[in-house]
Amino acid sequence: MKRLFKGKKILLLMMSLVFLLSACSSSGTGGQTDSSSSNGAGKSSDKLVIGFSQVGAESEWRTANTKSMQNAIKDAGHELKFSDAQQKQENQIKALRSFIAQKVDAIVFSPVVETGFETVLQEAKDAKIPVFLADRAVDIKDDSLWVTFLGSDFIEEGRKAANWLVEETADTEGDVNIVELQGTVGSAPAIDRKEGFEEVIKDHPNMKIIKSQTGDFTRAKGKEVMEAFLKSDGENIDVLYSHNDDMAIGAIQAIEEYGLKPGKDIKIIGVDAVRGAFEAMAAGKMNVTVECNPLFGPQMVDLIEAHLAGEEIPKRVAVEESMYTMDQAEELLPTREY
Amino acid sequence: MMKSKLFWPIVVLLIILLINLFFDKNFFTIEVKNGYLTGSLIDILNRGAPLLLVSIGMTLVIATKGVDLGVGSVIAMAGAVGAMTVSGANGDSLVPLFTAIAFVIAISILTGIWNGVLVSRIGVQPIVATLILMVAGRGIAQLITDGQIMTVYYDPYTFIGGGHLLMLPFSIFIVAAMLVIASFLTRKTAMGLFIESVGTNPEASRLSGINSKNILLMVYVFSGICAGIGGLILSSNVASADGNNAGLWYELDAILAVVIGGTSLNGGRFYLMGTVIGALIIQSLTTTIYSIGIAPEINLVVKAIVVLIVCLLQSPEFRKKVFGVFNMKQTEKKSKNEGVSIS
Repeated sequence: MKRLFKGKKILLLMMSLVFLLSACSSSGTGGQTDSSSSNGAGKSSDKLVIGFSQVGAESEWRTANTKSMQNAIKDAGHELKFSDAQQKQENQIKALRSFIAQKVDAIVFSPVVETGFETVLQEAKDAKIPVFLADRAVDIKDDSLWVTFLGSDFIEEGRKAANWLVEETADTEGDVNIVELQGTVGSAPAIDRKEGFEEVIKDHPNMKIIKSQTGDFTRAKGKEVMEAFLKSDGENIDVLYSHNDDMAIGAIQAIEEYGLKPGKDIKIIGVDAVRGAFEAMAAGKMNVTVECNPLFGPQMVDLIEAHLAGEEIPKRVAVEESMYTMDQAEELLPTREY
Repeated sequence: MMKSKLFWPIVVLLIILLINLFFDKNFFTIEVKNGYLTGSLIDILNRGAPLLLVSIGMTLVIATKGVDLGVGSVIAMAGAVGAMTVSGANGDSLVPLFTAIAFVIAISILTGIWNGVLVSRIGVQPIVATLILMVAGRGIAQLITDGQIMTVYYDPYTFIGGGHLLMLPFSIFIVAAMLVIASFLTRKTAMGLFIESVGTNPEASRLSGINSKNILLMVYVFSGICAGIGGLILSSNVASADGNNAGLWYELDAILAVVIGGTSLNGGRFYLMGTVIGALIIQSLTTTIYSIGIAPEINLVVKAIVVLIVCLLQSPEFRKKVFGVFNMKQTEKKSKNEGVSIS
């Protein structure tokens, strides 16, 4: 009997603790500047808990993006719950579910692939947690499942890359043979960068994509695939269009080993504008890189705050971006953050 | 016996290579470029080097009725350790290179001991014991690289996976050396017999005076070393270490290579040359897919179909059914003989 009593006491203690805790958290999420419940400055009650599910750390670009997001959220005084999906959708769905279970105030995520997120996003919607898409879009009909998509326009990046090529080869007689290193199969940047590029070169019948294969956005695969391209088509290749700079860097190694001069014998177009690409351009081994700006953390935090303050936000917000060529590389190299 | 085991894998390998010839007339040409021999065949050997190494180690493990799922993670760890040791090193001195190699081999022996002790001394089932390292190892690799892709700016490091010796890629020599060591140990000493004996019946082997536990420990250590060197080659080839993706799914490719080569997962028999052919089939298939321009979306399907065909051809029952239609009597005789050799 005594034991039971003791147990009851503990239960009571726990219940009161739970009650206390829930009272605290509700005052936090309520966002009201109620000085009686918050023991610190008024700021702490405005503090949001933001869950961020990143694709992985597959490139320097992604790392810069992760850092920008982390810093922006922390600098704004919010709490960050970070999860790295390591390129796997199942990890990402798990992370999103855990964010929902933790009742975060907002979820930011960069989907690994475009499809298959309906259920988990519906769960977030049911829990009234706003979802912000960063960098990559999803392919879902019901656009009420997310607030906005902040990211680069990948199709436009593809067009930019193709437009540069059109201008560069304007005087060239005969065919321009292009090989393409695609990103991860099914990912938005891979699909859109291909589409934008093809859209432009379609009007130029002398431009042909003779080989196109996935390099999974990684350096090792980029090198391996390029090696195979060189063996089968060799000197016929005039241009390499790589969906990201890392694959291009791998391909440059393959081209050098094959005995051709990257940047001269084979023109190299990358996307992302990471530091490694600037180094390659400064060394004359790469021709151009289309910027895909990863430093949009502060912009994202502004959007989240605006949304929670009740402001109307467009479904699509684009990130400011430009393009860099070989001549600019040396000068800009020291200023690149990523 | 050996002959019939190797026959079908070799046929498939040749078919894959001939398909390439159909699309690219110069597929078999090997020419001298920049003072090195280059060609698709050399590429296949060079690219396949890490898989070959890992599969050689895997063969011995599978021969003891075990399996080593940790090899992919060991590759990632080895790459991370190697890259970290030489990061910031001065390109003029070779000391960091050898330090890196020593560290990598040390850590791969350590992983081998970990797996081996779990399996042989504590008696954890191999698939469970090595699963631990498969999960944890990648985590350790990510810890070492901080979750980032680490780039190496130290030139001597790239020699292991990208350098040349006698006009051939250096990695081919590493594989050849390991293959010679493995064949020598298993076919010229009693070691091979012990391994097969432990794979068939560890208890009976122990009673007949074989130290089963140490044999088990040794094969896992050997597999760990093979994977570690494989990781060093992979990381050195692109002068970077990627804790996330380096060696991803290598354990499965290696098991596949071993099985294609005719070694049974039931242990007790192994065919090192079969494994080599198996690994080469997998790599030539990958290279073929790249060079004949199969759409990336269906890469894996094509791969799966070829693997299925190889596995079916390996099965005497299947061969009996299919070829039996043409020549009933002969195949029956043949399959009777093979039936004996397989068990």
